[in-house]
Amino acid sequence: MITATQQLESYLECFSEFEKLAAGHDLPWLRKLRRDAFARFCAAGFPTTHDEDWRFTNVSAIAQTPFRLTRNGRARLSQQELEPYRVAGVASQLVFVNGRIARELSLLSKLPDGVKVRSLAEEIPSNPGAIEAHFGRYLDVRRDAFCALNTAFAEDGAYVHIPRGTLVEEPICLLFVSTAEDDPSMSHPRNLIVAEEDSQATFVEDYVSLDGGGAVFCNTVTELVAGDHTVLAHYMIEREHKQAFNISTLRIQHGRGANVVSHSVLLGGALVRNNVHPVLAGEGGECLINGLFIGNGHQHLDNYMLVEHASPRCGSRQFYNGILDEHAHGVFHGRIIVHKDAQKTDAKQTNRNLLLSDDAQIDTKPQLEIYADDVKCTHGATIGQIEADALFYLRSRGIDEVSARKLLLFAFASECLDRMKQGPVRKHVEGLINRCLLQMANSAPGASTENRREDTGRNWEEIA
Amino acid sequence: MSLLEIKNLHIKVDNHEILKGIDLKVNAGEVHSIMGPNGSGKSTLAQALARRETYAVTAGEVSYNGKDLLAMKPEEAACEGVFMAFQYPVEIPGISNAYFLRSALNAIHKYRGLDEIDAIDFLPLFREKLKLLDMDEKLMNRSVNEGFSGGEKKRNEILQMAVLEPKLAILDETDSGLDIDALRIVARGVEAMRKPDRAIVIVTHYQRLLNYIVPDFVHVLVDGRIVRSGGPELALELEEKGYGAMEAEAGHATPA
Repeated sequence: MITATQQLESYLECFSEFEKLAAGHDLPWLRKLRRDAFARFCAAGFPTTHDEDWRFTNVSAIAQTPFRLTRNGRARLSQQELEPYRVAGVASQLVFVNGRIARELSLLSKLPDGVKVRSLAEEIPSNPGAIEAHFGRYLDVRRDAFCALNTAFAEDGAYVHIPRGTLVEEPICLLFVSTAEDDPSMSHPRNLIVAEEDSQATFVEDYVSLDGGGAVFCNTVTELVAGDHTVLAHYMIEREHKQAFNISTLRIQHGRGANVVSHSVLLGGALVRNNVHPVLAGEGGECLINGLFIGNGHQHLDNYMLVEHASPRCGSRQFYNGILDEHAHGVFHGRIIVHKDAQKTDAKQTNRNLLLSDDAQIDTKPQLEIYADDVKCTHGATIGQIEADALFYLRSRGIDEVSARKLLLFAFASECLDRMKQGPVRKHVEGLINRCLLQMANSAPGASTENRREDTGRNWEEIA
Repeated sequence: MSLLEIKNLHIKVDNHEILKGIDLKVNAGEVHSIMGPNGSGKSTLAQALARRETYAVTAGEVSYNGKDLLAMKPEEAACEGVFMAFQYPVEIPGISNAYFLRSALNAIHKYRGLDEIDAIDFLPLFREKLKLLDMDEKLMNRSVNEGFSGGEKKRNEILQMAVLEPKLAILDETDSGLDIDALRIVARGVEAMRKPDRAIVIVTHYQRLLNYIVPDFVHVLVDGRIVRSGGPELALELEEKGYGAMEAEAGHATPA
């Protein structure tokens, strides 16, 4: 454990060392961006639970651990070790180990002409103009200390560029592997995805850890620039080991008529915070934010949505389902801001939760800030348990208790799955969820069927 | 040996004694009807036989096919061939009817050491039973009972029974709330299930269903006890006189 001063000194030491050698260290704009972000981080420090946006999530375990940047680690992995983490049916997978590109582990199939999928650290020196045009332009480092920290240490991650009118049918997968080091290690992957006007593509960020169980802290940011009339899907899959800290931010900039779908699937990690922040900046944009979080043990899974309606006639939908067992703690914080000019906004938010034990906890909080006068915003949340009647019904037809539980959990989770387009990524996610729920159903104490509380819970609806 | 033999069964639900000593013997090939007024314990008996675990057996024993039924979990009873058609079938969003039914059939097959049936082999069997119950194939891709009408839910129960082919089928007020057309279809489905190696127990408040499925034996349940047993003519007598007379006989007259 370290004090706040030691903590800053430790980061300062890392930063000074990093800054000298980092890709693009000779680019004045990038140097300034990193320095400003670091100064911002130093001024703000890690958030505390007094901060409204962090009320339910205590990050002191991250703040008090002296994490160091890892600059190696990538050499020791073999193709074979990564085999379980490939996505079946997907030929393109860029692999990052502790936040840095591992070219020899990456698979790249032939992509349509002009589509670029490569390492940001490699792209910065070779194509600084294109990076500068978007990098850090959308993320607000003043809002969030973790975003500031990421920007200070931003160097590698994926750079994806899809030219105008291009249809990329095959999903572009980014695999982030954290490996345990002797000392607590951190990485700050930074992705920049630029999809030009009228293009279509699917992106997958998959976070895994190779067994070892050491303290790892992955603080990732993705800026996704959705040009006018693009149709994009983004998947965030968190399945690191149960000691990992993972903070992620997806910042989506919507162009006119852009249609972006964000799917978040949080299964692993000790302390996980997933920020999804779309700004519907062009008229007629559509955004679906779909999420599923499944936790047990002492996992803490925090889903933070900030949906900004900045233009008229945009629609946003948030659907999050959570399943929590044992001592797991889930958070759903759905904030919707409708700016003054965003008339005819149609925003909807739904959060449904299943608590499987008396000690599991969910904090669900809607937050609507509406400055326009012709909008439709609704939100609702439910908290419930597995219904004893449904369980008995399944069992009375011959299905054993564990399978029946799993079936009911899977049915609940499948609401989220059904919002994903059919294809290899959905299959991949389905497999992960299946395994996770089977394990959960197996560990359930068979006799807790007496608790017969229905899935009514809290419910609210509001039309503004 | 009877297929089902209930001896002096006492059951408590939420600390109230609902069944106060039931004795009943059901042989394979027979159709029994258990009739009684509301609150007499009919559904409790049906659910206890399907092994609802929240029902506490305080005395008595139940032997089924030579085995101790009360020692079985609901899924074991089902795999041994006990089936109860629910009075209130449960809606399960997110699980398709077809998937549910195939999972159930395969669970039973697995228990009996038979091969599992894949989706393709399952389809013809399924279609045949759907036809018997005049059900739309589209219902099979919908979530279990979700958004089904009352009649569709009851038909779905009989469909499950037809697919799972139990040795002992218990129908818990399957006729309640059905219009005459649906009732005829359900009755036809049940009648088709009548076999020498199968027993059917029909729990009902009214005699109406028994016009279509004529039982071999009728038992009248009042206040947790069987107060009279007889042939099909007993159902007609009940229809004529109502339960009042028998309640009075049993010393438990209730105000009309």
